[in-house]
Amino acid sequence: MTGVRGPGTSTTEKFAVMLVAIALFVVVMGLILFAVDRPKRIPSWVVALGFVGLPLAFLAYGLVRPGLITLYQSFFNRNGTEFIGFDNYVRAFTEGQFQHVLLVTAAWVVLAPLLSTVIGLGYAVLVDRTRFEKLAKALVFVPMAISMVGASIIWKFVYEFRPDQVNIEQIGLLNQVLVWVGLPPQQFLISEPWNTGFLIVVMVWIQTGFAMTVLSAAIKAIPDDITEAARLDGLHGMGMFRHITVPSIRPALVVVLTTIAMATLKAFDIVRTMTGGQFGTQVVANEFYTQAFRQGNRGLAAALAVLLFLLVIPIIAYNVRQMRQSEEIR
Amino acid sequence: MTTTPTPGPNVVVPAADEGAPRTERKLTRLEKRAIATKGRLSSPWASGIAIVIAILWTIPSLGLLITSFRPESDIRRTGWWTVLTGNADLTMDNYNEALYGNSNDLATFFVNSFVITLPAVLIPITLALLAAYAFAWIKFPGRNFLFVAVFSLQVVPLQIALVPLLSDYVNWNVNGSYWTVWLSHSIFALPLAIFLLHNFMKDIPPSLVEAARVDGAGHVKIFFRVLFPLLVPAIASFGIFQFLWVWNDLLVGLTFADPKYQPLTVAIAEMAGSRGGDWYLLSAGAFISMIVPLVVFLALQRYFVRGMLAGAVKG
Repeated sequence: MTGVRGPGTSTTEKFAVMLVAIALFVVVMGLILFAVDRPKRIPSWVVALGFVGLPLAFLAYGLVRPGLITLYQSFFNRNGTEFIGFDNYVRAFTEGQFQHVLLVTAAWVVLAPLLSTVIGLGYAVLVDRTRFEKLAKALVFVPMAISMVGASIIWKFVYEFRPDQVNIEQIGLLNQVLVWVGLPPQQFLISEPWNTGFLIVVMVWIQTGFAMTVLSAAIKAIPDDITEAARLDGLHGMGMFRHITVPSIRPALVVVLTTIAMATLKAFDIVRTMTGGQFGTQVVANEFYTQAFRQGNRGLAAALAVLLFLLVIPIIAYNVRQMRQSEEIR
Repeated sequence: MTTTPTPGPNVVVPAADEGAPRTERKLTRLEKRAIATKGRLSSPWASGIAIVIAILWTIPSLGLLITSFRPESDIRRTGWWTVLTGNADLTMDNYNEALYGNSNDLATFFVNSFVITLPAVLIPITLALLAAYAFAWIKFPGRNFLFVAVFSLQVVPLQIALVPLLSDYVNWNVNGSYWTVWLSHSIFALPLAIFLLHNFMKDIPPSLVEAARVDGAGHVKIFFRVLFPLLVPAIASFGIFQFLWVWNDLLVGLTFADPKYQPLTVAIAEMAGSRGGDWYLLSAGAFISMIVPLVVFLALQRYFVRGMLAGAVKG
């Protein structure tokens, strides 16, 4: 065990701090519950306050208030000294560099959910009720347990490029495949605009397991009567898939699409780990981080954060509308 | 979600003519399913596509896993697939170097990840359980409004809260410690946690709670004696979610933790940036950061799926 050690950095001390924190939390919660539970005749809102008070205070302090501050700051210049109106937003939408970031983000938000859902749905249908269903699902499901950083490293290795020279062998699988079929190796993460596509692949690789699991459950919930009746009417294969399976699981499809779209919008780990946002792969979530903590432009960073929030709204609106519609049909 | 097919009322058992079984005898559901399954399997295209997807989803991790056990010089010279053709020189050196090496010391970050994760799972679950109980079973003014407000906070991107929280922590001189990381994780987890646990709590029959109330039990007693035992699976579901979320998080750790308290994800991401070509380190490091979530995930997959479905389908 080496490395620089200051106070409070030994393993025992760290665990001690952790245990103290947990104990402190338990004591505080215990006191609150004890206080609320004692007298018989306290009004119900006091009891309720004991139960929801702390969580609501946390949320108000840590999400609502900072959100409002960020909104406020987005109308100010880089160090918050001068009110500049909508200039940050105008900049984000008109400057070429940021327009490109928006375009790349749009590609992510459209492609990642669509591909994950299509592959997840196809796979769920293909392995449904086969002998290997459990194993087959587990294989696609496992990437969900991995961090996006880990997934990025896994895929960065797949894309690894070695110069095309006589004595040098490729060590990245994808380039080796190219060599095997007689093509020259490529710098997958550097050549625009395809590099963004290769980054999106990582997100699809992670999210397909989610899509597959939710959709598979939805498929299994389709009543047997319906599939049997359709089969008697002569539907099978693709016909069954198009006319029975897909319409029956429509609500689940919408939920999966929108959930992945929202996750994609906020994710910055993949871009940051694989290209650092270079070579034209920058997305809004990572640009926010760059502006806030590298460039120190608070106003612009705040505007980008607000933009992330605003971009979520149409996705949710779509989700809610679809849910209303499916409820009306019922 | 698997239901065993039971013969329904529409299955006619030909009792009368047992001696001469007619060919158009109605099939039981089980048999029909078997036929349908058979039909599906016999399509070579379908199985082919499924197998290709399964391979595509496995090979990348497998490649890096094999690489992490190969000697550094081998990794530089040849691809990991050469192991399959006899070049199988395997070692644990990479893991040793990544965990205890001079400049890497991932063991320290492993401890950090652990110390960050445990309270950041326990605290939001406890808080959310109490809040979910109140939203489900205590009548108080503004209840519906507050619940909808909490529910909709789920969609707020973390990014929107980071900078103001950070400047607070800096002003209070507590920035960079575990405490702010725990606090931030707990806050960010609450909306989903309250929503999920509330959904599960609503599924418990009200008569149970009513009966306990008639017996004179207060809210705290009802919560611990009646509801808590029934909620253990729900708590496990959300617990795994939150565990994976915190352990795999990069943004919060990167923003709020001092370098000496940063989690594994941050350390690995830094490594990928500064030593991007050192695959002997990166491969081992990546798997060091994955092993715990993988084990938890595979052991408790059932609960995870349950939580995911409750969150996705009910929402």
